[in-house]
Amino acid sequence: MNRMPSLAVGAFAWVVSLVAWGAGAPGIDTGKSTVVVTFRQENVPVDAPFKSFSGHIDYDPSQPATAKAALEVTTGSLDLGSEDYNSEVRKKDWLDSAAHPTASFVSTSIKPGAAGHLEATGTLTLKGKTQTLTIPVAVGKAGNASSFDGELTISRAYFGIGDKDWNDVLDDKVRVKFHIIE
Amino acid sequence: MSTPPKSAVRAVSSAVDALAYPAFYTRTAVFLHWLMALLIACGFSLGAYMVDLHMSPTKLRLYNYHKWIGITVLLFVLVRLVWRLTHRPPPEVAMPRWQLRAAQATHYLLYVLMIVTPVFGWLYSSATGYSVVYLKLIRLPDLVHKDRHLADILVQIHAFLAWTIFWIVLLHAAAAFKHHFIDRDDTLRRMLSWRRN
Repeated sequence: MNRMPSLAVGAFAWVVSLVAWGAGAPGIDTGKSTVVVTFRQENVPVDAPFKSFSGHIDYDPSQPATAKAALEVTTGSLDLGSEDYNSEVRKKDWLDSAAHPTASFVSTSIKPGAAGHLEATGTLTLKGKTQTLTIPVAVGKAGNASSFDGELTISRAYFGIGDKDWNDVLDDKVRVKFHIIE
Repeated sequence: MSTPPKSAVRAVSSAVDALAYPAFYTRTAVFLHWLMALLIACGFSLGAYMVDLHMSPTKLRLYNYHKWIGITVLLFVLVRLVWRLTHRPPPEVAMPRWQLRAAQATHYLLYVLMIVTPVFGWLYSSATGYSVVYLKLIRLPDLVHKDRHLADILVQIHAFLAWTIFWIVLLHAAAAFKHHFIDRDDTLRRMLSWRRN
């Protein structure tokens, strides 16, 4: 019973932040930011960027613990280097972009970590599945903006990505590297 | 002073040749020649076959094998060049001058193509972002940055060079057969003999 009010407050805060964001609150600089997937096929690491993503990071260097981050990528915008591969990876067996057009990471708690670092804990939602992750994020300056760099590793099997014929050539582990400017 | 008859000059010069030149190709030279022939045949057929395949794990794998074959060719052509420059081949089989010239040009061109074709394949791999990891073990450095437009150009050059190899090898083999079956000389036989170095 006690949880209801906090849930309601949380939902309200979320709506407010969404409205604020939609109303033109500064979001991430998508022109300078990158979100890149690195997969490994027969030991060959291949980088594939998401062409389309959005999000925002509220970060005050004097109060790092109040930071909040939300990032959303368009799953259909993953660029593997050729149209053949791009259309394949959108299919049901892979990212299923028709049913799951976006994947997101929303922070639940951010703590100061080692010097110049934050420990961002949050929920990754991908292809209808969720996973709680803690990602070390390096914070830096990029002119007037801040930069946030980090990397996470996910399992294709956990999220049900890729049909099993590919398991011999494709590693289960996939790295996602982000470089966010806001 | 009377000049010696031409036939005497020729006899002396061929005697000098016989002393200066070995009678045969070395075993290593013969081995390298046929190794290259095998690798080029496999690499070329695989390349021609794989490009039209639909995307599949097999296609990805075949591309990797093709890259490994290409890098092996590049490696061995360098070994071969060093061997060729440090070991004298046997004297040319007697044939008309234009044929000698044509044979020589073909050989030079093949050496160039055996180097340039895999290098363009390597460049293309780099430009697509699918680096070459030789035998799944050694990651070769990318020669250019990932660039789709550049990749489209590089793959066309690579394919053009590969088809040039195809036709030149065909010419090279046809000439060898002509010498063997029509002229009945030693041209082909000396590349088949397995004698001591």
